[in-house]
Amino acid sequence: MTTTKAAQPGITVKVQAADFDVAQLQKSLLSGSAGEGAITTFTGYVRRDNENRQVDVLELEHYPGMTERSITEIVTQATARWPVLAASVVHRVGKLAPGDQIVWVGVASSHREAAFSACEFIMDYLKTRAPFWKKEQGDKGESWVSARQSDNKRAARWQEEGAE
Amino acid sequence: MLTVLFFARVREELGCASLELAWPEAGLDLDRLQEQLCCEHGDGWRDVLTQDNMVRAINQVVVTGNSALRDGDEIAFFPPVTGG
Repeated sequence: MTTTKAAQPGITVKVQAADFDVAQLQKSLLSGSAGEGAITTFTGYVRRDNENRQVDVLELEHYPGMTERSITEIVTQATARWPVLAASVVHRVGKLAPGDQIVWVGVASSHREAAFSACEFIMDYLKTRAPFWKKEQGDKGESWVSARQSDNKRAARWQEEGAE
Repeated sequence: MLTVLFFARVREELGCASLELAWPEAGLDLDRLQEQLCCEHGDGWRDVLTQDNMVRAINQVVVTGNSALRDGDEIAFFPPVTGG
């Protein structure tokens, strides 16, 4: 399944089961942001070990519709906050194996500071606001991954900084 | 008609992914909908739906506290998110 949502020019959000090609994604981002001076990207991979459990399979469930909508909103917030010309998010769902790519965020801007900050902001908010849920299967059986307080703290940091 | 969706651990614990309810003439809010589900399905559902960290969304937007509902709304119950 592939879902694409273009909220405004320069924003691309995809939720898909298929793997993605990082080089191709960066190329697309560059072509959508001609003349920009910086692209920052983040690629997340499935961990081999999580909290002392060996992970064999990671299954990602999501809320179709709300997922795309909430990621688009997060990216739109980032573009309102920093001078971003183009931004893309790809997030995979379904069954993944350790080492598999799970998420990609790319941000193009005139300057590195905005590109770094917007990319980090999108990841921090994505982890705490987009409706995805991870379930691990491994050496200690099957279990839903718990939300981390550290992720909430990282996301809350942006509200403090934004309030200044 | 109301559509109610359950995701992840909540879906598994209830053994239910979605259900539809007729819209009551008298109207409904989120807390009363939750109470109605608990009454209809028993204490097992009450234990799950009243968990401290339960997230509730109306029409794909997370809400905090109670909120009025309208005919045609899509309501969702789910645990804290863990993507990325």
